Amino acid sequence: MQASGVKAWDLCCRRGDRWLFAGVGLELAPGEVLHLVGANGIGKSSLMRILAGLLPVSAGLEEGAKPGGVAWTGGVGLLDERPALDPAQPLGRALDFWAAIDGTDPDLRAHAAQRLGIAGLMDVPVRYLSTGQKKRAAMARLIGQAAPNWLLDEPFNGLDQQACGLVEEMVMEHVMAGGTCIIASHQHFHLPGLIRLELEEFAL
Amino acid sequence: MTRALWTILRRDLRLLLLGHGSGGGVVLPILFFLAVAMIFPFAVGPDPNLLRRVGGGVIWVAALLAAILPLDRLIDPDRDLGMFDQWALRGISGEWVVAVRVVAHWLSFAPALMLATLPAGALLGLDQRTLELVELGLLVGTPGLAALGVMVAAITSGLKGGAALAGLLVIPMAVPILVFGAGALAIGGETGLALTGAVSLVLIAMAPFAGAGALRVGR
Repeated sequence: MQASGVKAWDLCCRRGDRWLFAGVGLELAPGEVLHLVGANGIGKSSLMRILAGLLPVSAGLEEGAKPGGVAWTGGVGLLDERPALDPAQPLGRALDFWAAIDGTDPDLRAHAAQRLGIAGLMDVPVRYLSTGQKKRAAMARLIGQAAPNWLLDEPFNGLDQQACGLVEEMVMEHVMAGGTCIIASHQHFHLPGLIRLELEEFAL
Repeated sequence: MTRALWTILRRDLRLLLLGHGSGGGVVLPILFFLAVAMIFPFAVGPDPNLLRRVGGGVIWVAALLAAILPLDRLIDPDRDLGMFDQWALRGISGEWVVAVRVVAHWLSFAPALMLATLPAGALLGLDQRTLELVELGLLVGTPGLAALGVMVAAITSGLKGGAALAGLLVIPMAVPILVFGAGALAIGGETGLALTGAVSLVLIAMAPFAGAGALRVGR
């Protein structure tokens, strides 16, 4: 696996006129997992999107303050509530599209699909899949990307208990192999060496 | 990067030609275009001289209306799926993604439109010279229409009633293409076509940056 890691400093977020949080900083070395916790609406997803570089960092609270930043080592994979798989395409083809973009080993994805129990659904159009099956498919897409850093936004939503355990296992293997992972979830996570970040402490 | 863009182009083209599964595709706009050309003689009467005189303009208006139909399928579905975010994460710039979409949109609708112009021209009784000018005009004008369509679809994506607003925005911005393209028929020369091409080039140059900017702001 490529080198992994992230350093973020002074992250502030304002949505419209409303300040969500300010001064969030974090640093992860290879093999570390961070669990981002906080109540609904506190800005977990916004922070994830800022970390992913999809939302700009808002300038600080004081006038003229410099906005913070995010520096990644290695590529980033994101799993959120949208699977990014074409609804009209059979699952296999929809996953192949991302394999072609990422140019990674197709065995990675096939193996992940096998473990996630969706290997038998490859001919089924994505729109006929259930919420949980789509989530599993998105997880297979993420693993197929082979990114050293993972951002998981509410990865357990829609998953049954067995699949939740499986995702925990996969995160575990990912960080054991030297990756990093940031998980935003209000559910419990059973991993040794988990770093907790309470977004409450930075809320405004 | 190039490989990824090819993959995206192939996917875009397939979706725009065949639809997102919820219907759509290129067949409906083309049928709509033919239908407009077909009902026109019913409205103004079957006088062959009148039809021959205004027929070229009718085809241009019909083409513009047909180009508005697929606007809500250009950007919105992929935005809802999170495709643009996933591409951005992989370092594929929004400008490239929008440029590829302009190409795919043009490829999916312009050749079919130009083909459908042949029967539409026959229905309206256009002579050889006018038909040639219309086809040439469409060839240089449709890239601009495609760029404009993708740009406006990106700007209005995620808005409530965005599709109706997109149609309303495209019409005034397409007026230069229409004026020069249809104007070439009136003066019967290539000057109008050159100006149509110029407008198209401006729109093509603008679209990737305006479209990608709109997508970034809308995230």
